[in-house]
Amino acid sequence: MTDQITRRVFLRRAAASGSILTVPGLLAACGGGKSSPGTTGDTTSHQLAKTLHFSNWTLYIDNKPGGRHPSLEQFQKKYGVHVDYREDINDNPTFFSKIEPDLQRGQPTGRDIIVMTDNSRYPSLLIQKGWVEKLDKSAIPNMKNLIPQQRHPNWDPNRDYSLPWQSGFTGIGWNEKLTDPVTSMGDLLGNKKLKGKVGLLTEFADTLALVMAYNGDDPSHVTDQTFNRAIDTIQKAVDSGQIRQFYGNDYAGALSSGDLVATMAWSGDIVQLQADNSHLKWQLPDTGGDIWTDNMLIPKGGNVYTASVYMNFVYEPKIAAEIEDYVNYVCPVQGAKEVLVKEDPSIANNPLIFPTKKMLDNVHTIDPKALNNQKYQTTWQNLTSA
Amino acid sequence: MGFGFLHRHRGSTAYLLLAPGMLFLVVFFLVPLGFLAYQSLESGSIDFGYAFTWAWDNYSSAITGYGTQFKRSFAYAGIATAIALLVSYPVAYWIAFRGGRWKNLLLLCIVAPFFVTYLIRTLAWQTILSDDGLIVRTLTDMHILSPGGRLLATGTAVVAGITYNFLPFMALPLYVSLEQIDQTLIEAAEDLYASKWTAFFRVTFPLSLPGVVAGTLLTFIPAAGDFINAQLLGSTTNHMIGNVINSKYNELIDYPAAAAMSFILMAIILALVLIYARAVGSEKLTG
Repeated sequence: MTDQITRRVFLRRAAASGSILTVPGLLAACGGGKSSPGTTGDTTSHQLAKTLHFSNWTLYIDNKPGGRHPSLEQFQKKYGVHVDYREDINDNPTFFSKIEPDLQRGQPTGRDIIVMTDNSRYPSLLIQKGWVEKLDKSAIPNMKNLIPQQRHPNWDPNRDYSLPWQSGFTGIGWNEKLTDPVTSMGDLLGNKKLKGKVGLLTEFADTLALVMAYNGDDPSHVTDQTFNRAIDTIQKAVDSGQIRQFYGNDYAGALSSGDLVATMAWSGDIVQLQADNSHLKWQLPDTGGDIWTDNMLIPKGGNVYTASVYMNFVYEPKIAAEIEDYVNYVCPVQGAKEVLVKEDPSIANNPLIFPTKKMLDNVHTIDPKALNNQKYQTTWQNLTSA
Repeated sequence: MGFGFLHRHRGSTAYLLLAPGMLFLVVFFLVPLGFLAYQSLESGSIDFGYAFTWAWDNYSSAITGYGTQFKRSFAYAGIATAIALLVSYPVAYWIAFRGGRWKNLLLLCIVAPFFVTYLIRTLAWQTILSDDGLIVRTLTDMHILSPGGRLLATGTAVVAGITYNFLPFMALPLYVSLEQIDQTLIEAAEDLYASKWTAFFRVTFPLSLPGVVAGTLLTFIPAAGDFINAQLLGSTTNHMIGNVINSKYNELIDYPAAAAMSFILMAIILALVLIYARAVGSEKLTG
């Protein structure tokens, strides 16, 4: 593992600041990148644009000193397309409110590819509102390399609009110096020895999915009854003082310092944190975890052909491996592992990066309808910001 | 136009000088405020769009749904303001009357935390109040805190964080008004057989009231709307109305509800300020 100031370590510090301190609505309404996108409006042409405007999360691609991204340089060399790579996504809601005014008015956002997480409501919302373009699948033959578990998400069943960039698991992290292994949600929510030292995630989809699976309900099909049951379970844990706080990325600091003994946690964070603190452990809960995926999408007005050609490029196993070697999240591209086995075996053999089939069978994805249910969202918000 | 213009139009000079400020306020304060007011009466959702419908129930449901957080915000802000006053007054007093040639250096020390961003200062308190940190361990050893007790992720930590973060807003106006006091007045009181305490309560304190009023307002108003301290130092039951507004706006994308809550917060603060000004006498506000 080289260049280990990777994405999450940075985010851990930045997220607390970034996500809290943004005043997105007004600022977005006033400013926002209005540079012309790499298109002249003819989104179906098979001509490559000069520039591809790509908005991604911070530290989420291969990085070399001097701010270089070798994979992007190779793309430029091969296709003659310059990539205007912007790391301007810090969290889903804020980024959405940044592009929403343009989409609402039917104006191009100045971007050809954006990356949004499917455990937020936004990817399905963008599709519903017709604010994203269909992929040009004829330009993406490498789509065959997408791992089978990712081919038919319930919010975009045929991957007509989206292609995974990276995924991550939501499970339980704990500090083995301070507690016995915590591998079940029952333990996390009810073990008296952990009282006041347990964190849950503010992210609605993550917490809901794990608790619903624990209740024996199906997270991919949420009903009022199963939703309320999950809320009751969480409320009980909150009322008993078991839960210290609901966290975003900032649980990482609390877990490292010992203020949290066990917490719901994202797999990629733990890969990073383990580099500093080998006592941190992570596992999917026995009743199942949650998998979320950051998806590449083409916002309305983006250049479909150029974006599709780029997507095809990153789905070449060799390129995917290069990116994965830096990013350390869950790789959606078949064949990348085989490349890395030779080049960086510690990455290739890490089940948090290339998960086993058993792990993939033990994870759920959340019902997109629940994510877009305003009533559920409000109930959740009232619980987490009481 | 040169100075000649100003000479010929004496009366307009003031307006010309005021113009940039007024323009700034109109563009960056009044216009957004109007926009916010409009938004607070909309209904709908991000999925289907918002429409202006005179939706007054945004206001009523904000009060019925989040009364607890409103009350908690004012309670936390009130306690923090009181503590800040009690802590700052002696400090400001000492600097003003006994600071001598160290005055500027001491004032700089008060302002020093401002050189670090708000967020980093608050994050530092996470470390200071950590369960395994020095303060918690010391308090536990002294049996002030029960074993397994904690400071971080409690209401105490939130109030402490707010107090600390807004302390300079209290201390500086206090210093300014204390520094302006004519010391011969205090000597005169003592010549007339007032004890030190009587002189303080009859002369010094009343003369410093403008500073007290300015300091409490500057502390209380932003503190009531704060959400960073509650988010970083609080627990699941310590959230303030700022947290609710933030999550309504950023997570639920429920702009109307967030706007309505902002207006309610503003209205309550305005009412409290008016009552306060009436109580201490409005002439004290301007000194």
